[in-house]
This record gives sequence, C-alpha cells and structure tokens, in this order.
Amino acid sequence: MSWAQHGQSETRWGLVQHRRSGDSTEGHVFPWFGLDIGGTLVKLVYFEPKDITAEEEEEEVENLKSIRKYLTSNVAYGSTGIRDVHLELKDLTLCGRKGNLHFIRFPTHDMPAFIQMGSEKHFSSLHTTLCATGGGAYKFEQDFLTMGDLELCKLDELDCLVKGVLYIDSVGFNGHSECYYFENPTDPERCQKLPFNLENPYPLLLVNIGSGVSILAAYSKDNYKRVTGTSLGGGTFFGLCCLLTGCSTFEEALEMASHGDSTKVDKLVRDIYGGDYERFGLPGWAVASSFGNMMSKEKRESVSKEDLARATLITITNNIGSIARMCALNENINRVVFVGNFLRINTISMRLLAYALDYWSKGQLKALFLEHEGYFGAVGALLGLLDSA
Amino acid sequence: MTCLIKGCNFVLRNIPHEVFAYQKDSDTEFRFQTNHPNIFPYLLVNIGSGVSIVKVESEDKFEWIGGSSIGGGTFWGLGALLTKTKKFDELLQLASKGQHTNVDMLVKDVYGGAYQTLGLSGNLIASSFGKSTTADKEFSKEDMAKSLLHMISNDIGQLACLHAKLHNLDKIYFGGFFIRGHPVTMRTITYSINFFSKGEVQALFLRHEGYLGAIGAFLKGAEQDNPNQYSWGENYAGSSGLMSTSPDVYPMQRTRSGTFDMLEMDRLERPLVNLPLLKDPSTYIPDTVDLTDDAMARKYWLTCFEEALDGVAKRAAASQPDSVDAQERAEKFRQKYWNKLQTLRQQPFAYGTLTVRSLLDTREHCLNEFNFPDPYSKVKQKENGIALKCFQSVIESLDSLGWEERQFALVKGLLAGNVFDWGAKAVSDVLESEPQFGFEEAKSKLQERPWLEDSYSQWLERLKEGPPHKCALIFADNSGIDIILGVFPFVRELLSRGTEVILACNSGPALNDVTYSESLIVTERIAAMDPVIHSALRDEKLLLVQTGSSSPCLDLSRLDQGLAVLVRERQTDLVVIEGMGRAIHTNYYAVLRCESLKLAVIKNSWLADRLGGKIFSVIFKYEVPCK
Repeated sequence: MSWAQHGQSETRWGLVQHRRSGDSTEGHVFPWFGLDIGGTLVKLVYFEPKDITAEEEEEEVENLKSIRKYLTSNVAYGSTGIRDVHLELKDLTLCGRKGNLHFIRFPTHDMPAFIQMGSEKHFSSLHTTLCATGGGAYKFEQDFLTMGDLELCKLDELDCLVKGVLYIDSVGFNGHSECYYFENPTDPERCQKLPFNLENPYPLLLVNIGSGVSILAAYSKDNYKRVTGTSLGGGTFFGLCCLLTGCSTFEEALEMASHGDSTKVDKLVRDIYGGDYERFGLPGWAVASSFGNMMSKEKRESVSKEDLARATLITITNNIGSIARMCALNENINRVVFVGNFLRINTISMRLLAYALDYWSKGQLKALFLEHEGYFGAVGALLGLLDSA
Repeated sequence: MTCLIKGCNFVLRNIPHEVFAYQKDSDTEFRFQTNHPNIFPYLLVNIGSGVSIVKVESEDKFEWIGGSSIGGGTFWGLGALLTKTKKFDELLQLASKGQHTNVDMLVKDVYGGAYQTLGLSGNLIASSFGKSTTADKEFSKEDMAKSLLHMISNDIGQLACLHAKLHNLDKIYFGGFFIRGHPVTMRTITYSINFFSKGEVQALFLRHEGYLGAIGAFLKGAEQDNPNQYSWGENYAGSSGLMSTSPDVYPMQRTRSGTFDMLEMDRLERPLVNLPLLKDPSTYIPDTVDLTDDAMARKYWLTCFEEALDGVAKRAAASQPDSVDAQERAEKFRQKYWNKLQTLRQQPFAYGTLTVRSLLDTREHCLNEFNFPDPYSKVKQKENGIALKCFQSVIESLDSLGWEERQFALVKGLLAGNVFDWGAKAVSDVLESEPQFGFEEAKSKLQERPWLEDSYSQWLERLKEGPPHKCALIFADNSGIDIILGVFPFVRELLSRGTEVILACNSGPALNDVTYSESLIVTERIAAMDPVIHSALRDEKLLLVQTGSSSPCLDLSRLDQGLAVLVRERQTDLVVIEGMGRAIHTNYYAVLRCESLKLAVIKNSWLADRLGGKIFSVIFKYEVPCK
C-alpha cells in the first residue's frame, strides 16, 4: 500500500515499517548522528526526534531509547564530554521529522573511550550508518570496526563544512540570525554584535580555525575549493600557551589572556621608530615583531604569564587575519567568515579579526562569524547521512 | 627601507654571484644565478625582527606592500622563553638538531595517513606545537627550536607567496639576519615557497644579505658622487666568503674573524655593461666549467693553483728588486692566497660559483692587496722590445705569400703567439729554461691539422666568398710576441680588406696580458714602422679601447661602456677572442649575434685531456649565428 494513502501516523508507521525491512530509500534508521573527528576535538551533532508516535516508541529498541535519554538528559559526559545547550536548535524539521539538534564535543584524546561506550551500548546492533568526517574518520576507522563493530561512512571534511554552514544559516538560530559581525570592534563601550544577512552568500571566503586552519573559497553551492591552510592555528595557540604559562585547558588559557598586556611582550612599531612609520603608513601601535621584546633577558623576567598568553593569542590571531586578508584579495572576495572552535568563547580574537580585517583592507573586507562555530563539519556529516540514498 | 632597497639594487647589479637558490639534496647546495640585465621588478622579503615585504619596480620606485610581525624577533624571543637559550645562533644550532615531529601535529596524526582528497601528504604540519596539548612528557629544547623555526619559516614563505601571486612576481629575494646563510632556514623557506606556490615562484638568497641596509646608507651618503655612474666589483682579497654559522664546522674561519664578516668592494672608474652582440644577455654565463658543481675539476684546479703559487710569489718579489719589503709582502700574499684556496676547498661556494676565472681573479686581487699590481711589467717590456724588432721581417715574409697561404700563416701566427703565455706553468717552465725559444719555433711546433677544434676551412671559405666584414672586435691576450707578431699582422690583413678593427685590451694588468695603456705605446711604435697601421690609426679605422676588465678571463656582460658604444656605432660584425683565459675558461660556449672566432692553444694538460686532446692542442672555433 502506498503510504500516501494513509494518515500521518500511519504514514510514519509505514515509514518505520519500510525502514525495518531494510529498505533505505525512504529515510534512515535512528539515531541520527553527525560526527566530525578533528585533531583536538570531536564534534558530535545528534538529532533528537520529538515527534515519536506511541507506536514508534513501543517498537523502539531498548538501547536506542537509552542512548536518547543519556544524551538529552545530561550536559556533561564522562569527565570531558560537553553538550553546548545554548546552541541547541529547537523544533527543527529534518527529512520530514521534527526534533531538536544537539551539539556535543569531547577531546579526540578520549576517542577510544567513546568507541568503547558505543560498544557497551551495543550501538552496532542498531544497524545505523555512522557518518563521520574530519581526519579522525580515517584515523579511527579501523578502531570503530574492531572495537565497536561499526562501519563508518566517511565524508570529506570540507564538503561537510560548506554544507553545514549553508544549512544552519538557512534554518537560522531559533529565530535569530546565525551570522553576525562586530561594529566598532575595538571600542569596549561601543562594540556591538550585529546580525548579518547571508542570504546571497557567494562568493565567500570561509576560514576554519581548528587545531590548524583551512581556508576555502565558495563561489556557489557546489563550486568551492580549498585555497590554502596554515599550521599556525588553535593548536598552536594552546600548545604554546601551555608551554609558556603552564595552563592546562583552553578556558584557562583564554582567561589568562584576557588579563594580559601583549604590548609588554611584543615589539611595536613605535618601539622601533618612536612613533608611526609614515613612509609606509604603519601606525605606531602595530606589532613590528611578535615576542620581539623577549629577546632581552630583563624583559623576559618582567612579563607575567597573562602577558605571554595574551601575546600568543594576538600573534596567532593576527597572522590568521593576515593570511585570510591576502587570500581574499587574491580571490577577489570581500566577505570572510571565520568558524572553528578556536573562536569558542574567544571574543578577543573575534574582535581582533574584525578590526584587523577592516583596518588593513581600509574597510574593503568584512569579517563575519557564525554562532555554531566549530560544529559545521558535524552538521554536514549529519546531512550526508540523510542525503545518502 | 630606502637604504635597504638601494643596497639590494646595488648588490644585484654589481656582484655577479650575489644571488643563489638553495637545493638541499643536490650535490652542490648553492646554485648561483646570473643577474639578468634587467633586475626589476622583484619582491624583496627582509626578515629582521619583523618581516617587510617590498615590491621594487625600478631604481627609485618601490613600495612596501606588506609585512608580518612573525620574524626573527619572534624566533629569538619565543625561542628564548621556551628553551632558555640566550643567543640567536645557539637557537639555530639547537634547531638543526631537533625533530619537529615530536612537537607538531602532522596531517598523519589527524588522518592516520595522507589527506588523500586534497593531496596533502601525511608529513605536512597540520598544527604547529599541536602535540603539546596531549603529550605528558616534556619536549626537548632541540625539538621545540626546530618546530619554531619551521613554524616561522613556513609562515613567512606562505605570506611571501600570497603577495607574489597578487603582484604577479615569480622571484622573491630573501634578506635579513634571520637567514644568515644558515642551511636549515634556507631549506625551510625554499621548501615553503615551493609548496605554497606549487613550484611557480623561486626563493632566492643574497650572499651579502646582512649588508643591504649598510650599503644603502653608504650610497645615500655618497649620493653627490653619483655611485651609479660607476661600476663596482667584489674584492675577493678583502671579502670573507659565505660562511655557515655553525661553529663546529670550519673552526679555522671562526677563530680568525670572529663573528664579523667582511665585504670589500672595488669601485671601478667606468661603468660596465653587456656586450651588445650577446645573443641572450639574460642567459649568458661566461664560465665554461662550474667548479662548485664539478668536484673533480675543482680538485684539479685548486691543486694546480696551489702548486703554481710559489712561482707566482717569487716572480712578484723579483719584479720589485729595489723594494726593501718585497720579499715580506710576497710572503704575505702567498699566505693569503693559500688561505683563500683552503677556504674554497672547504666551501666552494664561498664567493659564488667557483670557476677558474674566480680563482685567477682572486689571485690578482691578493697580489694587488700586497702592492704587486703588475709583477710581469718588466717581463712584458722586455718581450715587447724583442717582438717589435722582429715585426717588420714577419710582415715582409707574410706579404710575400700567396693570399690563401697568407691567411693560414696569419692564423698560425695568432695561435703560435698565443703560446707565449706566462700564466701557463707548462709554458713558463719552457720560457725559463730556454730563453731562445722563439716565434718561429713555436709556429713550427704547432699542432698539425686537423686541430682539436677545427673550423678553419669554413673561415677560409667565408673570407673567399663573403664580403669584407664591416668591423671586427678583437680581444687581445698576451703582451710581447702574441700581440705584436700574432695579433697585429692579423689586424693589418683585416684593415687591408677594408674591415675596421677595434682592438680591446685589459684596463688593468693581469699576468702578462697586454693592457690598454701598453697597447697605445705598442701601436704607436708599430705605426712608425708600418704605413697600413699608420693610416688606419689616422683615419680611425683602427681603434684602441679598454675592456673594463683586469682579469685573464673575459666576462662579456661586464665590459667598458665605451667599448659597447663603439661596437654599436661601428656595427661590429666579427668578434675575435684569443687565448685560454678568454676563449676557453670563459666564453667557450658563448653565443653571439654575429660571426666569431675563438682561438687558443691549450697549455694545460688536464684541460686538454678534458676536451679530448693533448697539451698544446689547438682550438680554432669559427661560429656563425644561426638564423
């Protein structure tokens, strides 16, 4: 019988029946996950269906239910897993189903523990496809198979990134804009976070700042390329910070940076020229040499950990801004979107990027940001799952 | 900044082997580039405490187009903080011993292998210092220093490429103290540029990269003098060579000069330019053999010069019998040149590409330094005297020959005359032991045809069938028999055919080569004896010029401007180069836009063997430009 002839609940039931019989042409078996296994963090998006009928619930396999309950009733998992509740997308319609999209992250270091947990919860018996992207999809493929009896569906991380960005922007953030920019970024009194309409996004430069950095240029929905990347990314900031200050978490590093004065550590143009270097239009406050003051022993001994943390943050951020700016010029694009978990709770960097891009391009380039920062790859992987037919 | 650019333009223009590319895995790491006649536009990336990127479009037009705050200061500052090392050089030393893979997160750490879809190798760095977050152990100083070096070099390379792409430039010169000839830095920067530009942009380094600012400042100060009206040359005696900063290598050099390198340049009175008749000045390389490349040849020539040194020093002392300290100075010269040779044994690239020419020139510079500007001066005078006495009889016997016979006799005369070269040990040995060895004997002992290189028949054909050349440019070699009994009769014949002659001689002395001022005297003396020469001089059909060189070899890209102007004016269509120094050690493969003759007798058995013949083999190369 054609499922169109039946009522909604029957339709869904029919759908479930179809799924049960292994026919994958009409939707997918729950649970719906999208996994992005990066160098430092694993990003997981989970679609929690809110439109489960009574029949469905009855038919639901026990471990599926427990997975759903475990994920949605906790905000922390183990000692390192975190669900970013503030990012939850409510009442989302995905592939004809209505539900909430949850955003969860944990360190890649704890990947084996995650797989172990999956194995304990008999995830593999759900016969669901697990779509994963990021380098770890390749690196841990074997482990998933041997430890968790799971076959990963590997998707390219840049494809997922682009698809994820476009999708989230299109559905919006619970009625608000996903995309925003900063007005008056360096003025603490007047700095404002304002929504930006990405309706006609192309062409767009997408800068993904994770452990490392990838820069993509997108010309249309299906036409995009990786322009370049840099190894001076979030991993560098965190790594150097740990070595210089002894901190152990990203949050700690940022906290220290927020209280530091990088001008004690860096050598500025005015330190060399006594003011602006007018001939080439370099303002006195510009950094001439990052960590340049650290060549002197006395200065090394007089700076605080906070100063060092701040300088590290500024150095990495400015460098990314520079490279992004040059790419934008070369590709003739004037909108640059910065994403990635380096920017999580990192307003200092976001504002600096906004200011630097605007200043050095004389207002020609605009820095844009997205609320869901580092989760786009995972969203893209989820979409990949739902796309596959 | 202005000083930096002025300095950069200056070295690019005046020091022939200033620029090199660094290739880690080839036999010779340093590959020197010839300076194209037009050096603009170029991108200069100066890496000091910070990085400046400048686009230079002309002598006066340059623009700061960008920069980076991540430079040498960052390396030093962060390095000092992380490794507690205070000195920059020590940091570089540590870096050269480190393994950055222990500290950096590589693509394979993220992917388990390569990132296939994008073709990113597993060994690429995904995140510098990215391993710090997960490791429980401490990192070694060496590893951190190496990681830091890679991080900074890669970043600079990337930014430089982005700028080069925006401005459509394919050559980037790197300067600044961060580089300092240190192999690891040059390697990472070269790699980085290669990677980020996909091989389209070339990373080039300057031998005197640390001096650009200072040279520029000097030039600015000397601006009234208009330094660009002069040409400059590097003085090999006064300059210390390109050195690695690793103290464990070349300890001999270290103790001698400390950390202060030297650059000495000679200002030449007249500007030097390209010979207009060069087919392609931008690809012209004067030297026939690259001794930096050819290890066997290098060993031979270094030994050869070592062995000849005693004789040269003795002759130098003997040339100034009335001087009280000649002996002392000669000994100092010997010591100095000996040390230079030893340096070159260790570091063939110290002064750029090593060639027989550079060895000869270095010797001349060293002689000059110890006040032996012209050790062969008296010998030359004596031989000129003898040769002049024979001139008329040689002319008479030539004039009595039939036309075809005379052509051959003239060529044999040129070749035989060329045998009289004090620069060649084989010859000087003979001349020392048999003072009566004369011109006739030399002619009779000349190799029988076919010569080692023999296009005489084509030359004869040309003389028979073709119209007389409009104007011939002759680069003379030795004094005495060579110029007087070999070159002048040949010149006379050309003049008789209606061809004008430009006779070009050295500006300054070298071995027993004839100099411009000597040529004036000799020509006057001959003119007094010979009406053909006399009227040619008077009617300005025979012109005497200086080459701009003080070398036994010939660099056709650095010739006296006056000569170049004359060549154009008189529409020179034949170039004659005689002698081993000018036609074989250099210019053997030079391609000209007009007809040319390259003649020499090979007076070195090793070289003869190399070219497939025996000592005293004859080279007669007549070349016609291809259509």
